[in-house]
Amino acid sequence: MANKTGVRVLVGTRKGAFILTSDGKREKWEVSGPHFAGWEIYHLKGSPADPNRLYASQSSGWFGQLIQRSSDGGKTWEPVDNKFVYDGVPGTHQWYDGTPHPWEFKRVWHIEPSLNDPDTVYAGIEDAALFRSTDGGKSWGELSGLRGHGSGPRWQPGAGGMCLHTILLDPSVSGRIFIAISAAGAFRSDDAGATWRPINQGLRSEHIPDPTAEVGHCVHRIAMHPSRPGVLFMQKHWDVMRSDNAGDSWREVSGNLPTDFGFVIDVHAHEPETIYVVPIKSDSEHFPLDGKLRVYRSRTGGNDWEPLSKGLPQSDCYVNVLRDAMAVDSLDSCGIYFGTTGGQVYASADAGDNWSPIVRDLPAVLSVEVQTLS
Amino acid sequence: MIRVVLPAHLRTLAQANGEVTVEVAGKATIGSVLDALEATYPMLQGTIRDHVTQQRRPFVRFFACAEDLSHDSADAPLPDAVASGTEPFLIVGAIAGG
Repeated sequence: MANKTGVRVLVGTRKGAFILTSDGKREKWEVSGPHFAGWEIYHLKGSPADPNRLYASQSSGWFGQLIQRSSDGGKTWEPVDNKFVYDGVPGTHQWYDGTPHPWEFKRVWHIEPSLNDPDTVYAGIEDAALFRSTDGGKSWGELSGLRGHGSGPRWQPGAGGMCLHTILLDPSVSGRIFIAISAAGAFRSDDAGATWRPINQGLRSEHIPDPTAEVGHCVHRIAMHPSRPGVLFMQKHWDVMRSDNAGDSWREVSGNLPTDFGFVIDVHAHEPETIYVVPIKSDSEHFPLDGKLRVYRSRTGGNDWEPLSKGLPQSDCYVNVLRDAMAVDSLDSCGIYFGTTGGQVYASADAGDNWSPIVRDLPAVLSVEVQTLS
Repeated sequence: MIRVVLPAHLRTLAQANGEVTVEVAGKATIGSVLDALEATYPMLQGTIRDHVTQQRRPFVRFFACAEDLSHDSADAPLPDAVASGTEPFLIVGAIAGG
């Protein structure tokens, strides 16, 4: 294995992208940005196959959606295709009040580069659909079997819109993809995105008429460890959930969390049973309990949780941590990172025991990704 | 030659300094100017008008000669002063957000 020498943290914010780099100690940081100043950067992510290949989702209420691509680790960028057109007649989904509402493209929430081809990349969009490019973003096509599953007319937007926000590519089962949509739920494809089925058995959501319905669940985030892709962890609107059978069924592992509402969830790079969440007070009060920003860690795959607060603000803190704003590095001592709507990006170089801010005053952070560099 | 003033974000995207100019074959209309603009600066496709419907994006407006042309037909002739290059065609981001 190549020697791992440092990290590059990719931060998307309400007003541009920032790239934070450090060596393996992760004590001193170089901050580059804002890139695409003034634009919303919902997400940017690097290719596992070529770490210098980055993709960014750039959007604005005025000028719509752009996709930017870098081939030099974010030093320079070029716009690529921004045409996301649904296959066929898009039809309708449910609006907030239950009435039919036409499917309309709003923005790209999440970009997921292929595990082994820098030119293949997936995009999760609002209104929810999955797109793929196989030419480095020069053209995009919908994997329309997802919306064609048949349950689309019952999908509904969460508070942030009807977004496809999570894309997990299974590194061991060829063609297996997991995605999640607010508020439809989780879906799995076993044929590279051609066909899909909902994987929501075991979820319970009181805000829908049938709390255990096949679709309609407001899944906020799913995470997996690459060594064990059949085990999934989910932060739902309320409830932290776990599946040990690739999503066929779920069980709750909220355990002793002080509140099980939240957005992010992630897995330690070297310990597949060590997971992290940031509990948020409630769906109407999107800030930490008691003004104390605390990450919770479970070393048992859920149920038993411990608060991690050393270095994090423990009074008068009322920020949120959005669903794409936590990531981990794979250095020997696993680093954990998360960004807040207050513009701070916090890092821990020791798996969460101690935290410090890399930056304190960025625009509201929408996403955080980490590349471990060799 | 048609002079076009882009909003700051789109100037950055197009890597243009100040006004840009485009040549339009035939009648100068909003549609033909945008066609020429997008042909010269393909990265602007989708940012001013919708890819599919070709409708102006809701928070984009078109001005020229102190007139609001935002709701004019894409096929309506632009003022002579714009067609002759005396006055620019202005693409403006709507005031929204503070």
